[in-house]
Amino acid sequence: MNRFFRLFAVFALVALSGLSVFTGQAAAQDDEIRIVIVSHGQASDPFWSVVQNGASQAAEDMGVTVEYQAPGTFDMVAMAQLIDAAVASDPDGLVVSIPDAEALGPSIEAAVAAGIPVISMNSGSEVAADLGIMNHVGQTEYEAGLGGGQRMAEAGATKALCVNQEVGNSALDDRCRGFTDAITEAGGTVEVLAIELSDPTGAQQSIEAALTADPELNAVFTLGPTGAAPAMAALDSMGKTGEVSLATFDLSPEVLEAIRDGNMLFAIDQQQYLQGYLPIVMLALYEENLNTIANPVIMTGPGFVTQENAERVISLSEAGTR
Amino acid sequence: MSATAAPQDPASIRTAARSKDISLWRRFLLRPEVGAVFGAIIVWGVFASLAWNRGFVSWRGAATYLEVAAQLGILAVAVALLMIAGEFDLSVGSMIGACSVIAALVPSEFGVSVWWGVLAALVFALVMGFLNGLVVIRTGLPSFIVTLASLFIIRGVTVGVTRLITGRTQVGGLQKLPGFDTAAAVFATDIPFMGAAFPISIVWWLVVAAVGTWVLMRTRFGNWIFAVGGNAVAARMVGVPVDRVKISLFMTTAVAAWLVAMIEITNSRSADVLRGEQREFYAIIAAVIGGVLLTGGYGTVIGAVLGALIYGMVRQGVVFAGIDADWVSAVLGAMLLIAVLVNRYVRQRALGVRG
Repeated sequence: MNRFFRLFAVFALVALSGLSVFTGQAAAQDDEIRIVIVSHGQASDPFWSVVQNGASQAAEDMGVTVEYQAPGTFDMVAMAQLIDAAVASDPDGLVVSIPDAEALGPSIEAAVAAGIPVISMNSGSEVAADLGIMNHVGQTEYEAGLGGGQRMAEAGATKALCVNQEVGNSALDDRCRGFTDAITEAGGTVEVLAIELSDPTGAQQSIEAALTADPELNAVFTLGPTGAAPAMAALDSMGKTGEVSLATFDLSPEVLEAIRDGNMLFAIDQQQYLQGYLPIVMLALYEENLNTIANPVIMTGPGFVTQENAERVISLSEAGTR
Repeated sequence: MSATAAPQDPASIRTAARSKDISLWRRFLLRPEVGAVFGAIIVWGVFASLAWNRGFVSWRGAATYLEVAAQLGILAVAVALLMIAGEFDLSVGSMIGACSVIAALVPSEFGVSVWWGVLAALVFALVMGFLNGLVVIRTGLPSFIVTLASLFIIRGVTVGVTRLITGRTQVGGLQKLPGFDTAAAVFATDIPFMGAAFPISIVWWLVVAAVGTWVLMRTRFGNWIFAVGGNAVAARMVGVPVDRVKISLFMTTAVAAWLVAMIEITNSRSADVLRGEQREFYAIIAAVIGGVLLTGGYGTVIGAVLGALIYGMVRQGVVFAGIDADWVSAVLGAMLLIAVLVNRYVRQRALGVRG
């Protein structure tokens, strides 16, 4: 056993010194600008992995150090503690996402009070200014829904269905509200249909029932790929693909293929790569040159993926940047 | 470190035992938490050297890792007591979620003081802890299985009921409710010290640890805990009320989860059905790092406290050291393995066991 432990002790020392070298590189360059990102998105989430890729690319392009932190689960208490630690480590800039302003507010205010420039991204556009944050980089849901509605109205939608897979989620309600306002303004009407996120078959049946009940419906707008997939299946089984126009929020492989093949009008893309990339650029420029941007919210969405650019977006998505 | 540990061969152990100083040193080395003491020093040293110029070695740095350690430590103390008595409680993680939602929903739905919510959550925790214990005692099933079931049941019911009542999974705006200020004063005050804000949860942690140590080391109930965990049949035969000891310890872990939940909701001013996820594992990990045996009958409260401290330093230390979130779980796991192995190594050297 003793030999094992001696071996182990050597292994542990090697591992620890490896760790020191690994992290020491960053620590050694003290004059380099150091920016910490604390987000609520786990590194393994495909959406957030694109954000992280954007941030690393910006770090390389701007010649700064970026560290990405996130709690292991959707735990706002742990996330607030990570922000506290990041603040105590005195970085040159801090990037946060704000899914729960009540839980994270005090920690963010402490960062601002400590004189650290803070930029928020992804979520928190409506609270950012109140917390003393310089800018917010993200998509505002209402405006994105409005943009989607305008595009669908242009394509001839007069009677539309807004399919909501998560009733009660305020971000999704805002998307639907924006869409409804745009269609109404163009002289059309919108019905909201609630479906179960976890039950694609039931969702498909609900959409088929709604389309059967009102044959004048000529557009379906879904609020995410989990609503888009059953909507596509419903149109397909009723033979109405192409006759009833379809569009969705957010990208997925099936959505991109459907757009490429002309079965879907467009998808609204919030371009989260920019949500990782831009805050780093802005903080680096602020630190080096005291540059600020006057727009309180820099909108990364709605960006539209249509048949024209679907093929390219598919290959970019494989590269991890869309 | 190995150079200062116990003598190398049995002959010198016998010689050494004659010297009073060395025998005190050996007695220290034989304590269950000794590995955790070294572990804590090593972990602090590693992060202090990695991030000395980045605030880890500062009062503000200490405040952040002590806060994480305190919230886990409160749980770990109760979990350690239960583990010494030979049982597990995996339901503490979802108990935190349930208690936080109950304490938030009662005042926001009925318009009463936050304190009624705090009380309702406490009653819920006591009842659920009692039921956990009762089912384990009555069925004779391993508590690992019973509380694994309650882990899922409590989480599921919490999500279901919350969605049914509010249509959402978060309850926010607690700071606007009556009685919140006094509740926050009790559970979420910051104590300024040396320019840093130390949360009051650290005081709660120390109080829980002191009470736990006193009960375990200085009371008859503490002896019963060791007896029950060492050999429940023998303990029963000498007249230890085994069922009562176990049930009250299950209630203790539930109350610890309640206390953590109250600290969390007053700090975050919101409740979420997902709060406390995976915390049951971290609490067990902290207890094991602190020298508590998975088989029961052996361990200390101080060990669990140190285990939680190690966890807090590692979890927050990676932020100071600038290690990317991609690697956190791996670093955490490696640190924990190292701590447990150091623990065993020191104990075996001290006992003079030869490999």
